[in-house]
Amino acid sequence: MNKINKFEMRLSALSENENFARSCAAAFCLPLNPTLDEINDVKTAVSEAVTNCIVHAYNGAADKYIDMSVTAEEGGKLTVTITDSGCGIEDVEKALQPFYTTKSDEERSGMGFTIMSTFMDELLVTSEKGRGTQVSMTKFIRGARNVDSRTDSAAD
Amino acid sequence: MQVKIYNKGIYTIAGLSGELDEYAAKELRRELDEGLTLPSVKKNILFDMGGVSFMDSTGIGVLLGRYKLLKGLGKNMFICNVNAQMDRILRTTGIYTIMQKVSV
Repeated sequence: MNKINKFEMRLSALSENENFARSCAAAFCLPLNPTLDEINDVKTAVSEAVTNCIVHAYNGAADKYIDMSVTAEEGGKLTVTITDSGCGIEDVEKALQPFYTTKSDEERSGMGFTIMSTFMDELLVTSEKGRGTQVSMTKFIRGARNVDSRTDSAAD
Repeated sequence: MQVKIYNKGIYTIAGLSGELDEYAAKELRRELDEGLTLPSVKKNILFDMGGVSFMDSTGIGVLLGRYKLLKGLGKNMFICNVNAQMDRILRTTGIYTIMQKVSV
């Protein structure tokens, strides 16, 4: 049977929690034996998604919450889901375009979703205006496929 | 996030260290804009990212903002000592086309 490991967390929509969120996701995927590059990809994508919640969904309002869940499946499939109950995105397709930003006056690069989709293998964004946004990202941790050779004798 | 601005050779160097994300961005912008507009600042400004362990697209926004500021002052901006994670971000976003990576 395919073993699934999962954790969920809820955190205040504060920028000081960004480091915590990406570090948690990175630490949780360690049993999948990721490469350093894979860990960094996950950290970066999580940071982008959490930043979007804080900056765009909640527009800096600190009394809001972000939900993050991460599942790790045997074989190396890692799925990170980040959900907010903020303003929502009117046109998701447009928001996914590189360099598209609603806050160019704030020095926003408009590359958040582009980085998420480049650094992860799958990206799914669902949003409802006035209700919130859910970002679901999957990465297949290839490093995990190379651990079969590990044996008990290695501990001797 | 820590910033150290000093002159060395042909460059004014802005040495950054820490994690460059949304949390660090506001204070970093303020410190850079203050330090990089002093009269002692040279024509070539080198951002030394050697101490930066993590950066996301908020960091790209910060770099682009400083690029515009410096360009407006007739100055050139360079970047060096980027780690693999940052290099991937900088390549993905095409930043190297406007901000040359140099090795020092």
